[in-house]
Amino acid sequence: MVPLLYFQLLSVALFGIGFYGVLARRSAVLIVLSIELMLNAVNINLIAAASYLNGTGRFAAFDGQIIAIFVITVAAAEVGLAFAIILRMYRNRGTVNVDEINLLKW
Amino acid sequence: MVRLDSFAVFFKIIISAATAATILFSVRSAELDPETKGEYYALLLAVTLGMYLMASSTHLLMIYLSLETVSLTSYILAGFLTHSPRSSEAAFKYITFGAISSGTMLFGISLLFGMTGTGDIMLISSRLGEMFSQGDVYPLAVLLSITFILAGVGYKIASVPFHMWSPDVYEGAPIPITAFLSVASKSAGFAMFIRLFYSGFKSADASIDWSLMLAVVSALTMTVGNLAALPQQNVKRLLAYSSISHGGFLLMGGVLLTSEGLQAILIYLVIYLFMNLGAFFVVILIANEVGSETIDGYRGLGSRAPLIAVSMAIFLFSLTGLPPLAGFAGKWILFAAVIKEKLYWLAIIGLLNSVVALYYYVRIVKAMFLETSDDTESLSFSPGSLVLLLVFVVPTLLLGIYWNPLYELSRVSLGKLMG
Repeated sequence: MVPLLYFQLLSVALFGIGFYGVLARRSAVLIVLSIELMLNAVNINLIAAASYLNGTGRFAAFDGQIIAIFVITVAAAEVGLAFAIILRMYRNRGTVNVDEINLLKW
Repeated sequence: MVRLDSFAVFFKIIISAATAATILFSVRSAELDPETKGEYYALLLAVTLGMYLMASSTHLLMIYLSLETVSLTSYILAGFLTHSPRSSEAAFKYITFGAISSGTMLFGISLLFGMTGTGDIMLISSRLGEMFSQGDVYPLAVLLSITFILAGVGYKIASVPFHMWSPDVYEGAPIPITAFLSVASKSAGFAMFIRLFYSGFKSADASIDWSLMLAVVSALTMTVGNLAALPQQNVKRLLAYSSISHGGFLLMGGVLLTSEGLQAILIYLVIYLFMNLGAFFVVILIANEVGSETIDGYRGLGSRAPLIAVSMAIFLFSLTGLPPLAGFAGKWILFAAVIKEKLYWLAIIGLLNSVVALYYYVRIVKAMFLETSDDTESLSFSPGSLVLLLVFVVPTLLLGIYWNPLYELSRVSLGKLMG
């Protein structure tokens, strides 16, 4: 049985990579991709926690798997919406490079 | 999962009032395209439903789902002006920032779930209490998960350092949506905050002192909001930064761990609803008639539209916190609760910020009454608009003098939340 710690480290690493991607990418599409990565990292954490807690017999914890299914659904909806907004932004401004989208400033 | 108690009903009333006001504003707004009004109102009702759920949810999953419902529909509403590049930029910044923040909050939820084995807030509270009393837990892990959850809550109530979306979204969105977001979204965010931190994490405060972290966040929010509002020329952006600093004031009531602090939050939210919606309604009226959203468009309004100018002055002075207006009563109750808990440094920072805020509010009043514009014809408004304005002015005047019913209502609404 793989200890819970390794799953959580994997989840933290993926979350960190996703977070770095959101901050460092210039294309709006890649930013949305990185957000997806963050949400999937959370899913790994939830399912691993549910499986580990169920195995120890301390708590009966199916909740984690149910939460993970809901998170997958919400992530899909959010990405669909994000692309709709990016499309609208592209039609209005002609670019998806976030460095050039700077009408709203100080 | 979802709990219908007096606390939830109180917030549902606030949110319904904000939605009703927004619908009445949208009828009068010249910005919105009449062809898409059907979807606009449907989305507005969907946001309201999401906010009702936010105010009533007691399970981590439900909190996340209702937060996402409100957020997703708000992203669409913020970008609703399809041909305005500023509106789509505002929606993009909103969705990027909101997705990151709710992703971080979800990570905190997953850590908390991993530690306690359940999502129900009451069970989390009792299990955290057990774990801390048995010494069975790393306090740092609990603090970390609470901090991550604070990312999502802080984004909804626009506190530092999660406030960056607020000025851009408030400036780019249609003005009725800006008014709605500033009041209803903040109220729902505070309902979620109180349920999470007071029903859920209160038992952990003895060991990890999250209230001190929140106090620092509150002080920073008030200060950053005020200082950033000083040089603003766009009225919507100025009101956005003022909204951020009011969120800081509200958070001040949330760090105290007493029921007086929570009462102060509830009372201030009601007063804030009237002041802020009134101010944004005047912004809508002026944007319709004069076509300007900057302070220069407000010049000479004292002679051109005296009723509107006087109402705006009342709202702005109330936002500052000058007696005998409602804003003063709200701040009085907040500061009284803070001083009672002997958090003197926080109260002093709050007082200094109130004083500094006077500058940028009075700048608008000065433009209205002491400056003249080139165009001096007087503006006329429909009687319906004036009646709606009175609906906001009258409570702002009355609640500053007689706030006892509101005090009793908030005490009854809190009910058993604290114990």
